[in-house]
Amino acid sequence: MMILADILSATVLFAVPLLLVALGGMFSERSGVINIALEGIMIVGALMSCLALSFMDQSGFGPANPQWAMLLAILVAGAAGMVYSLLLAFASIHLKADQTIGGTALNMLAPAFAVVLTWSIQGQGNTTIFIPTWTRITAQAAGAADTGSFLVRLVFKSLYLTTPIALVLLLLSALILYRTRLGLRLRSCGEHPQAAGSVGINVYRMRYIGVVFSGFLGGIGGLAFTVAAGSGFQSTVAGYGFLALAVMIFGNWKPLNIFLASLLFAFFKILGSYSGSLPFLPQFKGVASSEYIYLMLPYVVTMIVLILSSKKSRAPKAEGIPYDKGRR
Amino acid sequence: MKKPRRLFKGTESLLASLASILAGLLFGFVLLLIFNPAKAGDGFLNILLTGVRSTARLGKVFYTAAPLVMTGLAVGFAFKTGLFNIGATGQFTVGGTLALFGAIAWQLPWYLCLLLAILGGAVWGSIPGLCKALFNVNEVITSIMFNWIALFTVNLAINNTTVMLASSWGDVSRERTASLAKANLDAILPKLGLDKLMRYNGMNIAIFIAVLVALVMWFVLQRTTFGYELKAVGANRHASRYAGISDGRSIIQSMIIAGALAGLGGGLYYLSGTVQFTLGKELVAMGFNGIPVALLGASHPIGIIFSALFISYIQVGGDAMQPEFAREMIDIIIASIIYLSAFSLLMRELIRRAKLKRGMAQEEATVKGADGAGEGGATA
Repeated sequence: MMILADILSATVLFAVPLLLVALGGMFSERSGVINIALEGIMIVGALMSCLALSFMDQSGFGPANPQWAMLLAILVAGAAGMVYSLLLAFASIHLKADQTIGGTALNMLAPAFAVVLTWSIQGQGNTTIFIPTWTRITAQAAGAADTGSFLVRLVFKSLYLTTPIALVLLLLSALILYRTRLGLRLRSCGEHPQAAGSVGINVYRMRYIGVVFSGFLGGIGGLAFTVAAGSGFQSTVAGYGFLALAVMIFGNWKPLNIFLASLLFAFFKILGSYSGSLPFLPQFKGVASSEYIYLMLPYVVTMIVLILSSKKSRAPKAEGIPYDKGRR
Repeated sequence: MKKPRRLFKGTESLLASLASILAGLLFGFVLLLIFNPAKAGDGFLNILLTGVRSTARLGKVFYTAAPLVMTGLAVGFAFKTGLFNIGATGQFTVGGTLALFGAIAWQLPWYLCLLLAILGGAVWGSIPGLCKALFNVNEVITSIMFNWIALFTVNLAINNTTVMLASSWGDVSRERTASLAKANLDAILPKLGLDKLMRYNGMNIAIFIAVLVALVMWFVLQRTTFGYELKAVGANRHASRYAGISDGRSIIQSMIIAGALAGLGGGLYYLSGTVQFTLGKELVAMGFNGIPVALLGASHPIGIIFSALFISYIQVGGDAMQPEFAREMIDIIIASIIYLSAFSLLMRELIRRAKLKRGMAQEEATVKGADGAGEGGATA
């Protein structure tokens, strides 16, 4: 039973970055801008927030008020992502550049910038920024009475402030997208910007908002990935930005579907690392390094689901096309 | 009247690229000044000059440029046909590994290994094409998924073929494939004495193969019906179908070719005899580097040759900058060049519009309005 709790809590831990970043991608694409740069945005968010965390660790503020410090780090991550995403917004909205060009440049820039900055702050060769241990929310800190129970294990095995915040952001995202005037306008700009423009909606502004939202969520996602990965920030998010893009398409550009897609993907990802301790899973005795079969699993499952559900898949119609007022 | 304008368009797009390269390098210099003012001058000179300081360094430039040309073509060719092939990494890995299987496990000569590399890349590239044509699954997502599936499949295959590992050939490591110098000398690409001439061990015919392939690609895209159809589907899928081109078939063909190009790149890289495939859980960077190469070369096969050479050149310079500066500084420079090329697109557009307006005014004045309008419609 305890192993089930471990698996589920690890699933949630890894689903959180995918969820946040895919939601970010959703806002950007729903407004009409393809955001290939999510990977870079994640790295910048993770870089800045990890620097903030280690600064707060050294200054003593962090250990004294761990969750306030974490909240601050989350805000730093979001803000950094927003600023970075403005570079994409400027190139693809104002300059009407090909959106993959700007995105690719930003993806390349972020990890290189992170390495250079980490070197110059921590000294040559020290490429890892360690995450202070006080960031985790423990059962004791939360005041749970029975630390041995299934539920406590499930919730507190690997709980960080990013998880509850991600759930709040998921709800907010769905509300904004479907229940506010802003959301309606944003969606209209991704479907038919000229029609939106003709009724007085500022398409440029809506697209800026979409991209900046994605920067905010992507930056926080970067921090969430780094706490989940557990080994500190090493100037990479291991392709999670691209995976999140896949999760977003898989989730059909809808918040709830993205939530489920990220859980499914994370579950199959985690299953692999527990394959040794789950007796009912096939062990592939005759095969050397069979762990690779399990590592492949989430990608294969995603592909199968995508092919099966492809009939229903519908991308925002105007995504990727720079807005031109004169076109019809 | 027509000819000079054409010429202008070509040189001007080259000028725009050069301007963004210049601006990117300048930005790099400013960064060097910020991070270490005392060493910035030396570091910058290293970036600019290392590639020509010795024949060995120049050999290294060619050596790294060859696979870059191929992955650049893999991305650029797909771009031309309206597809974003982010899966060059996977195709590169599968192609390279299949070439290594041919070389080590099956003891084949180098040209057959290269054929295997092409085959492997083509098969891997065909998957996103098939998924898009048959099931309408976005090629970006399929490519990403199959990058990882390629990596893990390749690791699994090598780990289960003991003869592939370096440990079977007298080395200690079980983490990488056998060195070709020990396993199969015939599988190493011919060097034609170039390695002695340039005093660089990795120098071989790879760069010539890559350039040749780029020229063939240019011919296919510019001078054949087949290439025209692929480009037409890329420009407008629905219009092409209306014109009688099978859009699904074109997408699949285009991805197969793109995959074959990346696969050949993997073959050229791993058959050089100086690298071994290292098992691991990280994607090979060479495939992703094809994206900036293609973008800087404006997806034009000839442009890609030069952009690959340029990127390889400053990367060699970046290696020489260490340890004063992290070599990632080069990635920053390349990234800013590509970002700035977005600005240059805008510049080009503005100049073109101004030119067009002036041209049309002139033509109207000389009562040649119809010709001017026709030209404007064609270029817009």
